[in-house]
Amino acid sequence: MTPKRKRLWLLLGSLGALAVAVGLVLTALDDNLVFFYSPTQIVEKAPPADKRLRIGGLVTPGSVVKGSDGLTTTFEVTDTKHTLKVTYRGVLPDLFREGQGVVAEGTLGKDGVFVAREVLAKHDEKYMPPEVADALKKSGHWKEGEPPPAAKK
Amino acid sequence: MTPELGHYALILALCVAAAQGSLPLWGARRGDPGLMEVGRSAALAQFVLVGVAFVALVHAYVTSDFSVANVVRNSHTTKPLLYKITGTWGNHEGSMLLWALILSLFGAGVAAFGGNLPATLRARVLGIQGLIGLGFLAFILFTSNPFERLDPAPADGNDLNPLLQDPGLAFHPPLLYLGYVGFSVTFSFAIAALIEGRVDAAWARWVRPWTLASWCFLTLGIALGSWWAYYELGWGGFWFWDPVENASFMPWLLGTALLHSAIVTEKRDALKSWTLLLAVLAFSLSLLGTFLVRSGVLTSVHAFAQDPARGLFILAFLIIVTGGGLTLYAWRAPRLAAGGLFAPVSREGGLVFNNLLLATLTLTVFLGTLYPLALDAVGGGKVSVGPPFYAATFIPLALPLLAAVPIGPFLAWKRGDLPAALKQLRAVGAVAVLAGIITLFIAHRSTVLAACGVAVATWLILGALRELARRIQLFGVPLADSLRRLKGLPRAAIGMTIAHAALGLSVLGITGVSVWQTETIVVMKPGVPVMHAGYEVTLEGTTDVSGPNYVAERGRLVYRRGGDIVTVLEPERRLYKVQRRATTEAAIRTTVLADLYATLGEADGKGGWTVRLYHNPLAPWIWLGAALAALGGVVSLSDRRLRIGAPRRARPTATQPAE
Repeated sequence: MTPKRKRLWLLLGSLGALAVAVGLVLTALDDNLVFFYSPTQIVEKAPPADKRLRIGGLVTPGSVVKGSDGLTTTFEVTDTKHTLKVTYRGVLPDLFREGQGVVAEGTLGKDGVFVAREVLAKHDEKYMPPEVADALKKSGHWKEGEPPPAAKK
Repeated sequence: MTPELGHYALILALCVAAAQGSLPLWGARRGDPGLMEVGRSAALAQFVLVGVAFVALVHAYVTSDFSVANVVRNSHTTKPLLYKITGTWGNHEGSMLLWALILSLFGAGVAAFGGNLPATLRARVLGIQGLIGLGFLAFILFTSNPFERLDPAPADGNDLNPLLQDPGLAFHPPLLYLGYVGFSVTFSFAIAALIEGRVDAAWARWVRPWTLASWCFLTLGIALGSWWAYYELGWGGFWFWDPVENASFMPWLLGTALLHSAIVTEKRDALKSWTLLLAVLAFSLSLLGTFLVRSGVLTSVHAFAQDPARGLFILAFLIIVTGGGLTLYAWRAPRLAAGGLFAPVSREGGLVFNNLLLATLTLTVFLGTLYPLALDAVGGGKVSVGPPFYAATFIPLALPLLAAVPIGPFLAWKRGDLPAALKQLRAVGAVAVLAGIITLFIAHRSTVLAACGVAVATWLILGALRELARRIQLFGVPLADSLRRLKGLPRAAIGMTIAHAALGLSVLGITGVSVWQTETIVVMKPGVPVMHAGYEVTLEGTTDVSGPNYVAERGRLVYRRGGDIVTVLEPERRLYKVQRRATTEAAIRTTVLADLYATLGEADGKGGWTVRLYHNPLAPWIWLGAALAALGGVVSLSDRRLRIGAPRRARPTATQPAE
């Protein structure tokens, strides 16, 4: 095997692997991208029902209600302009609190209630998910460096 | 006073790093031995100075010196001593100091044990290490000074994030950093080789132990982190394809590739330029990981509150290191002498296949992790990429790689015989396929993927053992002869067998948990049994307990099977007093075959408690496999070939099988 042919083999191999990878990545991205919506975006342009998406905002104080089965929780998520009702069955993360930022993943039901399959936990309560911070800034109620709006109440 | 001493030592270290990053490189260029020697003393001095700074910070934590802002933010007088010490690196500033400490430790290691390196190579390696150190020390001093004072000092601190008050997480960052930073040495070696324009077997032999050691630490660090997430976050999962996890996984994947390509460079003097590229990229990915974690640009379960200026600094540093490294590579690599030739089907060819797939796997993880960032940057909306993406990309690429692992060692260098190799693995293959079929038809809730997982795991474990059996000619010669052969085997070969078999164990564990996990979330009333995975579980009640800095409710869950008590699990729900924050302490009872896992949720106010129960078949094998893989690395590291400087004793060559 000459060096030239060896290089050709290597090149073909790498290109093949790369092509497979790119193909896999593209199809996977097509099916599995999860878009983030703020409550305002959901009101303005509702995403198709049953599509997996992420929502985020602040948990409206006083909105958290435990269901009768003890496992289902409903709460409202707000970007201070609009609110979205969320229901979640399961154990909420330890850092879930009223007035704090939250990100949930799930689907929007036909009744406009968001069914969360996962509520993201955080390590740090000072941390504001970037999407939430962005949504709050867009709704014009919060600027970088200020305490989050709900915390002022 | 001590904090000022630490601060001062850190500033001195910065100056020393500046000297280390310039004089030896200049000396090597001019051929001035005096200037080149500066590198060694500077590297040792830098280690001592950063060590003094680190000890000063630990001292401030242990003595609860609340005039130091960093201690106030992350400590409290009631915190147990262990967490006072480990809290030193449980925050941004301290963890960066730990990073700098480990960096200087590795630099000092090269200086101390590099006696037999060519003087110019050593000077250049230490020079590059010095430049990296300069960057990190400047980062610490200008953006994240851990010694900042607070006046007036408050009476007590804010305590450490309770999730971090855990032995698993206490040692996760140091191990991970030992791995990340270890790649800085391979990076420095690669850059030095590019400057010298020469890569040979001796160079590869020097780089391999560093790569191996970093890889072992990184393996352990990732495993410990995943184990911590498993028992502390209380979700019953062990890997979430979270950006921060991916950030540590990418250097691991590429480091694994580097580990294998360095073998080819060492043994066959081939793939030199590729090995250099991997060394540059592995460290770049380590830096990228730091950037992702420290800048908070991605939503992650691990994200901490961040300061954008820090992110920018690391990003700039990342661009300089990666950009500089790649530019130098593009400029110098084509001049490297071409190496040994080999046929596509050969040991080299197998390792190239391994490298291609590992690099491709790294690429998919990289795209999945960074695509959301890129899309957001061009205004394409906020997206996230979750586990389904990785299931669709990672698994199809990983399976052929895993399937190829046992075959590689059967191929000879230069020109291998694939049919002959497969013939020797025929029996192993048959058992693996059988195991897969049994899984598919007999085990409940089985899928094709589960069958693949079990088959591949069996193939890996038995294939590794088969290869060992061939080396020692088990059953071919009398047993005593085989044992003698086993003793005579190079440690590197035994390390490989262990690591490859361990990979199989981990695959089995991952398959078990992913496919056969049973989850039961219920509100339990004391005394009312609940059926879970074949066990009858009863909540006997809860008691209040109090720890040094927390109060907790402890549930008592009794597991019965056929009326007999199997085990009692006592999960806790802790409330840390200072931060007023609740954490879940899962209770886990492990049999070798499965984990019983329970966490206690909130009371429903009507006498019931939310309880989460998991039955995780084969879960312990995930971490057992990782630990064994690291052990394989250590065994391989002890190979006499890699103990450079030790005089090579002449050996009778007859008993030494060819590798």
